[in-house]
This record gives sequence, structure tokens and C-alpha cells, in this order.
Amino acid sequence: MAANIAGKKSGLTWAVHITVALLVLLWLFPTVGLFVSSFRTADQISSSGWWAALMPSEQNEVYRTGDPDDDRVADGDMFVVTGNIFEDAPREIRAWGVSSKAVAAYQPGETADMKDGESLSLQADGSYVWRGNDKQLSGRGQRVFITATVPPEFTADNYRTILFSGTGQDNMAKAFFNTLTVTIPATIIPIVVAAFAAYALAWMEFPGRALLIAAVVGFLVVPLQLALIPLLRLHLAIGIGKGYMGVWLAHTAFGMPLAVYLLRNYMVGLPRDIIENAKVDGATDFQIFTRIILPLSFPALASFAIFQFLWTWNDLLVAKVFLIDATGSTTVMTNQIVELLGTRGGNWEILATAAFVSIAVPLAVFFAMQRYLVRGLLAGSVK
Amino acid sequence: MLTDNPALLGLVTITLGVGVCLGYFYFSNLVLDTFIFPAKGPKAGRNINRANMIRPWLFLFPALFALALYLAYPVFETLRLSLTDRDQGGAFVGLANYRQMMNEAKFWEAVRNNMLWLIVVPAVSTAFGLLVAQLTDRIRWGNLAKSLIFMPMAISFVGASVIFKLIYDTRPEEQNQIGVLNAVWLKFDGGTGSVVFLQILPSVLLLGFAAVTAYVVWTFVRDLAAGERNRKLWLIPLQLLAVAGGLWLIWMSVGSAAGVWLTDLPYGKAQTWLTLPFYNNFFLMVVLVWIQTGFAMVILSAALRGIPEETVEAAIVDGANPFQVFFKIKVPQIIGTIIVVWTTITLTVLKIFDIVFAMTNGQWETQVLANYMYDKLFRANDWGIGSASAIIIMFLVTPILVWNVYNARKEMR
Repeated sequence: MAANIAGKKSGLTWAVHITVALLVLLWLFPTVGLFVSSFRTADQISSSGWWAALMPSEQNEVYRTGDPDDDRVADGDMFVVTGNIFEDAPREIRAWGVSSKAVAAYQPGETADMKDGESLSLQADGSYVWRGNDKQLSGRGQRVFITATVPPEFTADNYRTILFSGTGQDNMAKAFFNTLTVTIPATIIPIVVAAFAAYALAWMEFPGRALLIAAVVGFLVVPLQLALIPLLRLHLAIGIGKGYMGVWLAHTAFGMPLAVYLLRNYMVGLPRDIIENAKVDGATDFQIFTRIILPLSFPALASFAIFQFLWTWNDLLVAKVFLIDATGSTTVMTNQIVELLGTRGGNWEILATAAFVSIAVPLAVFFAMQRYLVRGLLAGSVK
Repeated sequence: MLTDNPALLGLVTITLGVGVCLGYFYFSNLVLDTFIFPAKGPKAGRNINRANMIRPWLFLFPALFALALYLAYPVFETLRLSLTDRDQGGAFVGLANYRQMMNEAKFWEAVRNNMLWLIVVPAVSTAFGLLVAQLTDRIRWGNLAKSLIFMPMAISFVGASVIFKLIYDTRPEEQNQIGVLNAVWLKFDGGTGSVVFLQILPSVLLLGFAAVTAYVVWTFVRDLAAGERNRKLWLIPLQLLAVAGGLWLIWMSVGSAAGVWLTDLPYGKAQTWLTLPFYNNFFLMVVLVWIQTGFAMVILSAALRGIPEETVEAAIVDGANPFQVFFKIKVPQIIGTIIVVWTTITLTVLKIFDIVFAMTNGQWETQVLANYMYDKLFRANDWGIGSASAIIIMFLVTPILVWNVYNARKEMR
């Protein structure tokens, strides 16, 4: 900042650090919410906000002591039942009570005196001593209301349901593979086709070249909404119908303007000497392209590949129009999530997990290849 | 069957697709060089020249074919379909579809909402992107911060819709609110905090926005009034348009600032945010702003780095404060990039479909053009009106298309 040049650290520098930190938190907050929610059970999600899940929480719970008919032990003329109210998951008891009207009447370690000499004492770890006469210690166990501090609890069950054990709509495994099936050919094929065209537009002389480049720039912004009806009709007419072939063709063509534009801009910047030397040495255009241009253009190819991958993976509209037929067996993840939003709108454990499964792959690609993505963006829009 | 196993089908397609492409390029070149115009014999020189005239088209053909069939043809076919009626066997009906569409309230709702999106989303995304780009420019962990703010770019609109639906979630009164927005909202009770955050702060922001807009309008008016001799004539209508738009924006923001004080806010009641007419549009826009800010930031950040250091240093030596350096030295130098970012986001906004489709499906007055079109196309099965609304989207995109092509051609010279 300016202050650094002047040689002093001003309060402004701190303001900058704090503002950036707040903005980053604000931007992360939504995604973190989804991520945390996907590791909580349905009960946890609907009883408290996900931000509460990160800290120990206070919960009110009801337990019962052991069955007096089985567990009571004679102690003089009284009977005693001892044990621990927590069978498997221990909790830290903050307060407790024996009546639903006063659930936090006693501190741990205190003894509750009920009528006619019956008493119950409870320790913080849940162990209790219940004392009373023959009549009092019969029937069912005494109810104990506790207020406990629960440590943060997370589960991977949701992912098990979504990926493996779920049935019907809840299982995303098939949609996951369908999405992959759409994405990979739709990413690779346009690269090959566009690379040749980009080479011609960058390094070959022919009449109409400038016009074609201008046309490609124009096609960059044509909304694909226009293509839906005519192409669906075309696909139905020539027998492709709705299916993978149709969606591959559509994605290939819709990605073509950006591919040609990005690759051509990159190839034009390659050193002229290399290409001319190769020509002098008798290399054909095909050889120059495959031996020199393609390897040198790797950064641009990678940039476009990431764009196209993200776009096809995240796409909903093209898949809905060209791929998914009435049987729904070729559904992709985005479509399945939209359907889940309609039918399971309140089941956040399912929704959050499904959404996270679908965004995990692009996020991984994003963080692994961010450099190329940024480079592509810069080449695509800044001149 | 091959088609029973999509993974295998995919693999075969990749191999076949790539193989056919490479094979096509290789053999077409081979055929051209050895059979049609062989580079030997008495006509060798002429043949080489001829072959070199044809070769570019061999390289271009598959890409051109895809562009022509999947992008050029549909533009004209959609235009034709918008003038026909499916129920009458595709008979030509003139502008009947457009007329019918104009008579639908839902269409005008979509147009109004699209306009709102067009004003708010590019402006807010670009502003946030510029802010983050400038703030992270010189701090040590700037790259990490940028990377995290850029991250939503990788998330699908559908995924983002789920994320934000959780934020806007509403539970019945007696339950704990699990949506952040309602949980925060219930903290406001009409006391001092509420007045500061819900009335004073928004008014200050709105009035600040109005002031900035007024400043911009003033510079335009000053330009117009100066009446330089060699000014391009065609710029005048554009400038007048910008002035009119600016005045409208000022009027709207001042009006909203007043509205903040005149409305009684329903404190203490959980709101179903996505069903509040008019305001729910903004809750949907937040999703897109969240995604697009990273894009704006990346590009503007690169542009800021490209500014010559001397200009900034000279300004500091002359005693400019950081704000003056930013607004008077840096912003004017990257204004071209700002426009590019703005138009790119505008294009995304014009085509926005997934967010509305997944979050409200156009209910509660949140319809937008692309979703309206989808509705007509695949629910009402009306190709005529569906095409007509697609043409409206194309019509809105056209100025940007012309501008981009114009710029690209200017650069080539």
C-alpha cells in the first residue's frame, strides 16, 4: 500500500488485513455450512444451526435408571439400585432433575429427596444411587432429566447413504458415473477439433481469415438458449434422440468458440522463428502442428480443458434438454439434486451430502489446477 | 450391448472421437498432398500452391461445421420457429407469438427481473472484485485470500443453490432456526442495534451509492457541455443514455433510502425469504454475486498489477492519499478491463437459468427470461413462444456481440 512506500505502517494496513479476513470468511461461510451439515445426522441438523455443531452444546435428555425388579439390592430394610444412566455415550452432566417440571433442579453430586424417604443421587459422570422401600423401587426405572454438555459429534453415515447404501433417489452413485461419462468425452473431443482450427487461424494465410476470427468472437456470446429447440428437433429427426451422443455433440459445439478463441490467441504468440525454421527444413503443416505447436500450447490446452470440464460437470440445462429422457436412467448429478430439492426439501442431511459429492470433484480440480484456470481467464477476457 | 454400459460407451467414444479427428486431419492432408495436388512432376510448383490454399480449410472444417450447425443455424431456425405455430403444423403466423407473449404478465415479470439482475449483479460483482483485488494486492497472504474467494467459481449453480437454500431456510416459530439468515434476523428486536444495522447502515450505503453515481453523471454532463470539436458524434446518444440511467439509479437509491425508514420491519418473526415478492430476487442474486466476484477479482487483480509503478509513485510523491491513488490513478488506467469484466458478467446474467430453476422455479415473482423460456418449451410445449423468448434474449445480447466483434477487429489491424 501507499503507506509502505512512504516507509510507515499506518492503521490503514491493519484495516486492510481485517477487511480481507472478513471478506474471506464471508465467502467461505456458505460452503463451510454445507460441508459441516453433510457430517451431521438429521436430528442434529434440524435441532440446531450448523455453526452450533462446531462447539460443545448443551442438550436436554431423558434417561431411565435400571429396572428395579431386576437390579435392586437389599440394603437394610430399604432397597438400592446403582448403575450408570449412560450406557454407551457418556456425557458431562451440568444439571439434572427427576421431574419434567424441574429438569435442572439439582447439581451433579447432589441428592434428590423424593417423597417418603425415596432418594436419588447422581454424579457428573452419570453414576447414580437410587434408594427407596420395596414399593417405591418397583415397576419401571426412575426417569432422570439431565442437561448435559455434548462434545461436537460428526458422522460419515450420510456419505455412506448417498454413495453406497441409499435407494432410489438417495443414491448418487449412478448419477456420479453418468456425469463422468458426459464430462470426459465432452472435454477431450473439442480440444482436438479446436486445436487444428486454431492453428489454421493463427499460422496459415488464406482469404477470409479475419472474418472467421471475428465470427468466432461473435459466437462466443451467442446464448445457448437459442440452440435448444432447433437442435433437439434435429437430434430427434436424425435418430440421435436424447442420449449421451447428443449431449457430447452439443457440449463439443458449445465449447468450440471459447476453445478456438483461447487456443488461437495463445498460438499466435508462439515464436515465428520456430515455425518458419521447421518449414524451411521441409516439415508439413501437419507435422509442425503435432510436433511443435501442440506441445508448446500445453498451458492453453490445460486452461480450456479446465473450463470445459467445470462447465460440463456443472451444467444442468444442456443435460436436461439433450440427455435425460423420460426413464431418467441417464440422470446427472445436478439434475438429481434439483429433483431432491423438490422431493426432499427438508432433509438437509441428504441434500447437503448430495450437493457436496457433486461439488467435491470440481473443487479438487480447481485447487489442483488453479494456475491454468487463472491463465485461461486472463487470456479469454483481457486483451 | 454397448449402450448398456455408459462408461464403456464413453471410453469408446473418446477413442473413436479423438481417433477419427486425428485420422481425418492426417489422411485428408495425405490425400491432398499425394493424390490431388502431388508436389512432384511438371506442375509441382503450382500444385504446392494450390494445396496450401486448400489446407487451411481441411484444418478448419470440423470446427466450422460444429459452429455452423450448432450455433449459426439455430439462430436462424429459432427466429423462424418464433414466427410459426406448432399446433397449426408449423404454419407461419407472423408476430402472433410475440403478441401473445407480450400479453402475459409472467413475461413482463421476467423482463423486469432480468433488468434488475442486469443492473445489480454485474455492478456488485465488479465492485466487490475490484475491492478484493485492490486490498489483496500488497498483503502477504493475498494469494491465499484470492484463492478462497475465487473458489465458488468451481461450484455449480445448482450446488450453490443448495448452499444458499440452507442459509435461507425457515423453521416454524417454536423451533431453532437452522438457516443463518433467520438466526441473525431473530437477533434484531427493534433496539439500537437494529436501527444501526438495518436502517442507518443501509441508508448510508444507498446514499453513498447515489453520491458516486451523481459524480459519474456529473463527469458525463461536463463532457457533453464542454462540446469538444473532434468528438465522435455517435457517442452523444450513448452518453445521454448513461446520464438518464444514472439519474434513474440516483432516484431509486434515494427512494430506497427513504423507504428503509418508512417501513415497519417484522422483528422477531422468522421469514420465508424466498417467498417475499421483489426482495426474493435479491436473495437469488446474492448467489450469482458470490460466484462471479472471484472471476472479477482475478481479472482486475491482473490488470492492477499491470499498472506502471511510476504512475502510482508519482502520485504519492505529489501527496495523493491511498483513496485518491486508487480512484484517480489506478481505476482510470484499468477502465477498459472493468468494462470487459462488466460485459462478461452481463452475459452470464442474461442467460441465468439454473439458480432460479433450482431455488424458486420462477414462483413468487422471481421469473427470469431463460427460465420462462424453459417453462414454455418443456412444460407448456409451446415452441413458438419459447423461441420468441429465446430471440428476446438474443436481442439483448446483440449489442455486446457487436461491441466484442468491433473490438476484436480493431485489435487485428
